[in-house]
Amino acid sequence: MLLSSILPTPAPMHIPDGFLSLTVSVVCWVLGAAGVGIALWRSGEELGERQVPLMGVLAAFIFAAQMLNFTVAGGTSGHLIGGALAAILLGPWGAILTMSTVVGIQALLFQDGGLIVMGANILNLAIIAPLVGYGIFRGVTALIRNRRWSILAAGIVASWFSVVVSAIAAAIQLAFSGTSPLGVALPAMAGVHALIAVGEALITTGALSFILAVRPDLLAESESRAKGWGWALTGLLIAVSITLFAPLASPNPDGLERVAEDQGFMAAALDAPYRLIADYVLPGVSNDAVATILAGAIGALVVAGIAFLVARARHRRSHS
Amino acid sequence: MHIHPLDTFQPRESVVHELDARVKLVTALLLIIATALTPDGAWIAYILIWLLILAIVFASRLGVIPVLRRSLIALPFTLAALPILFSTPGDALLVIPMFSRRLALSGAGLVRFSSILLKSWFSVQVAVVLTGSTSFPLLLQAMRSLRMPKVLVAVAGFTYRYIFVIADETMRLMRARSARSAAYNGKGGRSVLWRASVTGNMAGSMFLRSLERSERIYAAMVSRGYNGEIRSLSAPELGVSDVLLCLPVVAALVLIQVMARLWL
Repeated sequence: MLLSSILPTPAPMHIPDGFLSLTVSVVCWVLGAAGVGIALWRSGEELGERQVPLMGVLAAFIFAAQMLNFTVAGGTSGHLIGGALAAILLGPWGAILTMSTVVGIQALLFQDGGLIVMGANILNLAIIAPLVGYGIFRGVTALIRNRRWSILAAGIVASWFSVVVSAIAAAIQLAFSGTSPLGVALPAMAGVHALIAVGEALITTGALSFILAVRPDLLAESESRAKGWGWALTGLLIAVSITLFAPLASPNPDGLERVAEDQGFMAAALDAPYRLIADYVLPGVSNDAVATILAGAIGALVVAGIAFLVARARHRRSHS
Repeated sequence: MHIHPLDTFQPRESVVHELDARVKLVTALLLIIATALTPDGAWIAYILIWLLILAIVFASRLGVIPVLRRSLIALPFTLAALPILFSTPGDALLVIPMFSRRLALSGAGLVRFSSILLKSWFSVQVAVVLTGSTSFPLLLQAMRSLRMPKVLVAVAGFTYRYIFVIADETMRLMRARSARSAAYNGKGGRSVLWRASVTGNMAGSMFLRSLERSERIYAAMVSRGYNGEIRSLSAPELGVSDVLLCLPVVAALVLIQVMARLWL
């Protein structure tokens, strides 16, 4: 059908009505409305009377950009959601405003996403995705010296993470609603979107390289608008934590442990000579889930710290 | 009035089309909330709700088959709820061996999964009728009356106005791309990376065009007296007959909820 080839493909992340419990929907509405409210206020301050025409037309751009695709293989194609691209080009607040308008219109006009659960869709696609993308973009551009490479590399990483983190948020909402157990939803959503996110990363970076070549002043403008270490630091922390935290969500024992249990040689394993954080549970914290999360976060920070130091050392060595 | 093929509004002569947009919006939301509140497995309640929705579809003259077809758009997402078939505790109806594990499909899981499926499908049908019978500008006006911020409504209005313009431009870009990519097997030539970078360039080019267009629009608005204040026509008076028309629907919903919990 011609229309279905023109309509934006229903992205797996636009949650329809009926999949989230009313409690989760209401909570997400509150969070989503708060985020959009803040974005309205901040972008209004930045843009003044240009806000309405600028944001309106650019939201239309995002909507149309989501129709762009390229063939990957056979029947699959790569798509753009645009959260990170919007944040890089328009700043975090402009991105939240345009993306939420797009989500709203997709739900209201095209039934892509439910009405009651629109708060959750706005939270995932219009708030979490751009904010994560922006933070990571700032973080990575702060790390790399060469301007062109920093923007392109940052674009790849930021857009990839914006899609995956947004999918993880959706999985968490589904789990809290009792629609899909976390142990299945999290790895499934994260896994599928890890692949989809590659398409996003490619298109976003292509767009950034085009704009860098034709209108570099636009990117410089958005860079100068952003100041301070806050975004950069938060972005990097999110990126590393998510990478290491997600696999912990599976309640099933690790592959090797599982095989060991099955085959009965679990008992033959020797205890480690030291027990700092045994079994990924932080000693002293009573709640299991919280303890696991804290342990994961500490682990992520340690790895991040080591990675940063190694990167600094190599950077210095290559420049001396 | 020219209606773009992508727009979902279908003008008809019907009671539902004539209803005040505020009444329609509130009724639609109440229908969706009531559907969500109905407990799992209350099959007769589901049938009653569906009959109510179908009555409204019939009254709107949008056609039952087109509405049902459009409502299937939510279908792919049901894959996300599939695990509930196997993870809900209950008596196993069916055991599927998969690799080293055995997945047990429970009766309770089947009830929950089907309930989610049906409720979601009903909600989408309500949304389809709402957008099919109400033009978007009227819908925005209704949301403004329901206290949505003025700026947000204005931005959404602009977006709606320009979506079709920019979408048409995008389709022209995509047509130009296929016309220039000597494609033997339909892929579009060269490697995935090349195709992706072409698409990225298209997105970048569209962004610049949209940005420059928005600046021209802003200049046109300023030259016609725009100073940042958003003015809109006040909504027409809410007719008593409009509210009266939606009361039976609300009453039916309340009745179904009570029945679902007490008897069915």
